[in-house]
Amino acid sequence: MLSPAEIEARLERVLLTVQKPGRYVGGELHSVVKDWDSVAVRMAFVFPDIYDIGVSNLGLQILYDLVNARPDALAERAYLPWLDMEAKMRANGIPLYSLESKRALADFDLIGFSLPYETLYTNVLNALDLAGLPLRSAERDDSHPLVIAGGHACFNPEPMADFIDAFVIGEGEEVIHEILDAVQRVKSQSSKVGDVRPSTFNREKLLRELARLPGVYVPRFYDVAYFDDGTIRAVTPTLPDAPSVILKRMVARLPPPPTRFLVPNIDIVHNRLAIEIMRGCTRGCRFCHAGMITRPVRERSVDEIVAAAEAAVRATGLEELALLSLSSSDYTPILDLVTAIGEQFAGRHLTVSLPSLRIDTVSVDLMERLKDRRAGGFTLAPEAASERMRRIINKFIPDEQILAAAREIFARGWTTLKLYFMIGHPSETLEDVQAIADLCKRVLAEGRRALGGRAKLHAGVSTFIPKPHTPFQWAAMDTEAQIRLKQDLLKRQLRDRSIKLSWTEPEETLLEAWLSRGDRRLGAVILAAWRNGAKFDAWGDQLRFDAWTSAFAACGLDPAFYTHRPRRPDERFPWDHISSGVRKKYLLEDYRRSLAGEIRADCRENCYACGILPAFADERRAHPGLYWKCPEVKSPKKPALSDSAVGDSSFAT
Amino acid sequence: MRLRITFAKTGPLRYIGHLDLHKIWERTLRRAGLPLAYSQGFHPQPKIQIAAALPLGFVGREEIVDVWLETDDSPPPALDSIQAAAPPGLTLLSVTPVAERAPALQTQVVAAEYRVVLLEAGAGSGLERKAADLLAKESLPRQRRGKSYDLRPLIQALEWQGDSLRMILSAAEGATGRPEEVLDELGIPVENTRIERVRLILKPAIE
Repeated sequence: MLSPAEIEARLERVLLTVQKPGRYVGGELHSVVKDWDSVAVRMAFVFPDIYDIGVSNLGLQILYDLVNARPDALAERAYLPWLDMEAKMRANGIPLYSLESKRALADFDLIGFSLPYETLYTNVLNALDLAGLPLRSAERDDSHPLVIAGGHACFNPEPMADFIDAFVIGEGEEVIHEILDAVQRVKSQSSKVGDVRPSTFNREKLLRELARLPGVYVPRFYDVAYFDDGTIRAVTPTLPDAPSVILKRMVARLPPPPTRFLVPNIDIVHNRLAIEIMRGCTRGCRFCHAGMITRPVRERSVDEIVAAAEAAVRATGLEELALLSLSSSDYTPILDLVTAIGEQFAGRHLTVSLPSLRIDTVSVDLMERLKDRRAGGFTLAPEAASERMRRIINKFIPDEQILAAAREIFARGWTTLKLYFMIGHPSETLEDVQAIADLCKRVLAEGRRALGGRAKLHAGVSTFIPKPHTPFQWAAMDTEAQIRLKQDLLKRQLRDRSIKLSWTEPEETLLEAWLSRGDRRLGAVILAAWRNGAKFDAWGDQLRFDAWTSAFAACGLDPAFYTHRPRRPDERFPWDHISSGVRKKYLLEDYRRSLAGEIRADCRENCYACGILPAFADERRAHPGLYWKCPEVKSPKKPALSDSAVGDSSFAT
Repeated sequence: MRLRITFAKTGPLRYIGHLDLHKIWERTLRRAGLPLAYSQGFHPQPKIQIAAALPLGFVGREEIVDVWLETDDSPPPALDSIQAAAPPGLTLLSVTPVAERAPALQTQVVAAEYRVVLLEAGAGSGLERKAADLLAKESLPRQRRGKSYDLRPLIQALEWQGDSLRMILSAAEGATGRPEEVLDELGIPVENTRIERVRLILKPAIE
């Protein structure tokens, strides 16, 4: 591999010939450059899209801080080069390198990919290829870095099982340390005097150690058997100490939020501070993947959030702060928080955003408190427009409540209201889609009453995907023809100069659906699609749908098998050996309630026994009180020598 | 209070453009705890004026920026406190208060001095002659974005210094010479060079 000096010399010759060279040079405030030889373990984090999208990823910011806080480890970063830079890198023999020290990625001990969504998969292959590494896990040997991945998409790791050595399921803040410890331990045992590459370690031994860590899934130690119809018969561990079900990791108490955010020198998407005010969601919307896999709800205190915001503003000088959660209005002391943030930053030219607000007039009050001056837009997400659909998806907001909120928003001077909807919910008819158009018109009429022609409506309409680990995982999704029919209806109905309609192209939705519902056989499809030229699939204009359909054909697989087939209640899904803590039985029962039109209220009011508490009873016992929004666990702790205790002691040997 | 800051822009910041540099100054001053003055109007912006845009890839050895603060009579902030808040590649050289009503900085720049390092070994041979020949010409007619102009009067100085090429080019409104154009006249491909703007030359201050 090239040395950092050689990489820098080659970069100097190409950087001025590409767009936005600032993406490729690092040097951001708060990036951490440690002495390479002073640490035992070196990790590279990769966000598999371009710099502009990757830098603001909060998960990677958290992990970057945690690893660099260790004296014995360093973390650096890499992103995918855009097409122009990729061509230059390939032509000039520049491997994918880290921004901090310009090291080739192949020089690191481990590479960690962030996979928050599925349409990044071909970019992972492209990153490995640019790094000069074999793509398939089975083809890498002791001289190669370990390749791990984490993020929401990894709750169905099977499509990427051929390429990733180990997946982290769930929250990474604790397990990242356990992984680094394991790497360090195995490395110190494996390195011999005179090793050509000092980071050489015994890969098989390391993977066996990782397979025993709670929340870590090492696919090579699991065999998948299929029925003749292509559904899964069994997923069986081939190692005695690899668990048959991998339960996600969950941090019982959120660690302090990061404050020393990377400050990019160029303009990027979401150039802002982000502080998580709460993790998890109690609403139980049945389509929502995040809402199911991030339970239980844990809330940070107002004091902690305000102190972190102040520290972050001082450390970065950034001009925007986002207070993040899946449902801001459900954060218990939301009014106190908004008041405290408003007072703290009054007159300091800080824009504060509070996404994911409930649709009611209280939200309008909250937003008003945060604004120094009225910004253009206000966003609400009804997701469905007919009463029947709202019952089915368990997001029940009466029209009158939406109209009242809209009235208030326009009356207080916001000129643009953005409404998010989803088409394709289970059992949706054209009438339900028509209801979306009707509601949009009624909302705009409220705006016109208050503001006349200045009122604008933006309707963002995405298409439902039955995501793994949700109550809708048994549902079939709409075909391309059905999606087009519904989108055409909306396009016809919402022709108005004051309405902007945006939608997701059916090809993008179908690809995301195949990748999120796929089994291990999809590895061959992803590889073939990448070889056909697929990359940057999340960029609508880069998506090469033909590369995917021909890849499926070449692999002898029918994509409709993954998406358009209703599932038997007892079907074993490719992701069933991965547990979010929420029981499959609970999800099925909720799906049946959905079909019966039964809604379930917020589970803060009434626990429906989704399975989180039994899965994390010890954590709840250790963290009593209101910090978690689940009920307390009263039952006594199981006697000593439980499975995990045995696992711990054998682990230490 | 209006402050004039001179600074070097090097390292990773070579690849950062003019608008982004504006933002970098804004954030640096905010991190330093200085009360930036904002423009009036619907979209208040911090009042920051950079003397002259530095082309992407150029090192700036002595660039100039004016910034306005909301304070008036207090002593000017210490250079060190701003430096501590600056990102890698931004090095402060001086911080001095200037008259609030002094003319806009951009209008005061008349010329810029450049130093061009050649990356290819031996590329400097014969350059002394070539530079002299160029200066001996009456005019150097060229085209820039479809418009014809004469480069020769924009070259105020040009000499080979043994390890690099030094040039002073006019940098006034409507009469700006670019080092790449001079390199082109000398037959040197720009990708084989590293260009530094050594300093900006301002109109003499009228007291």
